[in-house]
Amino acid sequence: MSTTEIAADPRHAVRAARWAEFKLFARRFMRNPLGVAGLVIVLLLLFAAAFAPWLATHDPYLPNLTSRLAAPSAEYWFGADELGRDIYSRLIYGSRLTLLIVALVIVTSAPVGLIIGAVSGTVGGWVDAVFMRITDIFLAVPKLLLALAFVAALGPGIVNAALAITLTAWPPYARLARAEALVVRNSDYVNAARLAGASEFRIIVFHVIPMCLSSVIVRMTFDMAGIILTAAGLGFIGLGAQPPLPEWGAMISTGRKFIFDQWWIATIPGAAIFIVSLGFNLLGDALRDLLDPHLRQRK
Amino acid sequence: MNRSLRLFIDIASWLLSVAITLVGLAALTFFIGRVLPIDPVLSIVGEKATPEVYQKVYLELGLDKPLWQQFIEYLGKLLRGDFGTSFSTSRPVLTDLVNFFPATLELATIGLVIGVVLGVPMGVASAYWHEKWPDHVLRVIGLVGYSVPIFWLGLVGLFVFYYLLDWVSGPGQLDVFYVGVVDRVTGSILIDSALAGEWEIFANAVSHMILPALLLGYYSLAYISRMTRSVMLDQLSREFVLTARLKGASEFRVVAGHALRNAAIPLVTVIALSYGGLLEGSVLVETIFSWPGIGNYIYSSLFAADMNAVLGGTLLVGIVFVLLNMLSDVLYRVLDPRSRELRR
Repeated sequence: MSTTEIAADPRHAVRAARWAEFKLFARRFMRNPLGVAGLVIVLLLLFAAAFAPWLATHDPYLPNLTSRLAAPSAEYWFGADELGRDIYSRLIYGSRLTLLIVALVIVTSAPVGLIIGAVSGTVGGWVDAVFMRITDIFLAVPKLLLALAFVAALGPGIVNAALAITLTAWPPYARLARAEALVVRNSDYVNAARLAGASEFRIIVFHVIPMCLSSVIVRMTFDMAGIILTAAGLGFIGLGAQPPLPEWGAMISTGRKFIFDQWWIATIPGAAIFIVSLGFNLLGDALRDLLDPHLRQRK
Repeated sequence: MNRSLRLFIDIASWLLSVAITLVGLAALTFFIGRVLPIDPVLSIVGEKATPEVYQKVYLELGLDKPLWQQFIEYLGKLLRGDFGTSFSTSRPVLTDLVNFFPATLELATIGLVIGVVLGVPMGVASAYWHEKWPDHVLRVIGLVGYSVPIFWLGLVGLFVFYYLLDWVSGPGQLDVFYVGVVDRVTGSILIDSALAGEWEIFANAVSHMILPALLLGYYSLAYISRMTRSVMLDQLSREFVLTARLKGASEFRVVAGHALRNAAIPLVTVIALSYGGLLEGSVLVETIFSWPGIGNYIYSSLFAADMNAVLGGTLLVGIVFVLLNMLSDVLYRVLDPRSRELRR
């Protein structure tokens, strides 16, 4: 159903066009210094997570009581925590946990929201009414508290925390996808597909959902910052990753006891959370300026 | 259809949607409290309970009945104000909530005032000098507010302004020797101490409150200034702004009198929403500052495995949240004549 079947040797043309569009996109992206800064931060996070064993200078789990609460030094770049574990190494390994939670939440919440929204917008009628009512209820409920109660009932842990955040993260995607679907539903090419005998399922999967993707991607980038903060908040309360896992929020929570005398234990993981979520926010801002169809048409 | 009938239908359908949302909220807390735990009885009686005790609690909780019947009973209890009993304080959860809510409300309200007073002008300035340096600076300030973990900022604030500089008082609502001196009238420490004429206590309360309130203010400022900016950008590009300028109105008059006045309607919604966000945000801030509010209550109940209290607190904040959402909807419709005409 794509343009590939129309031209004589279409694959090259399509590829060339895509490449040209990507180059244009990249050039426009590079003009936005804040967006580039965000991208660099996100890439650094990915790098730290991928090469953690080589970047870390100590074992992140091995207690060493002689260096308990050590101040930042040449040996311990960011100091050591209450069990003498190197904070720098724990931060590096913690980036994996941060990415794991973000990935779990995004992989579950975005498709769920996308499907609910696309079905709701395309099918319409009572299906739409019921789905949107449910979405509204979830949107109207305080997110952090709901996640908190949910984890409290399920028991703490990284997967449960991710599940709880998913529970509160999918509704915006549903709203977004539904709005796109309502526009696409009656467009000529969808009607053409319908006339050609395409099933509703096929229309939703191949014609509606692809149209929603760019706004969903922008939304996802913004969401990642929020997910990181919520996950850190749950970790801080003690409902996220459990010790001895080096989750950043949980590290702040242990450092809280020492905040006045050994300030580095709590402040440094917090700074990491802040920088990473700032990175995602900057990147999201820049991507929205480029990808958002509403802003795009204006230029 | 005549006018009053239509108004009646509008109000009825609005009330219905509030009711549905609230029932949905109750369904969520019911689900979390009764369905998710592997065994709700065990979480009450503990591992070592005798079978008789277990059986008694099992029947007391009504677990032998079908789920939908349990839910109806749960709803009935909620309507009668029965949120269950807190295991940790052994008082009714509702009594506890009424006790703790004013402190949260006070903190969130002051936070909101700070957020609005600073955030709206920031957003206006940002839109007025669009893509110039004030815009960039203000946007970064807002983005930082979006990205910073608020509990961490609280800790850093305590470390710097309480421990290092000693500008403010530490955690808690009052210094220990002032606690309980003032009679509780409204539950808001500022109002109570002012009513009693205890200005020394009032000053002490202010110095305790200033840091958490500023934090919450910053948290809401990020959202408010961002939304103000985008609404104002939209307004400033309209033709009536050009008309006003051509007529020779001063820049201040154009921005404050014409653009901001039109932007005010969507901003009411934004402010109502951010108030709800503040009530929620206060959970983390209250735990840092040992503030005797709902957030701290929920936090300490979590560790006592006191699900009634946790869910009661969640439900209360949720209800306030839903009502604020709905209120902003109503305000929008009342304030904006166009939305009245355009419906249906």
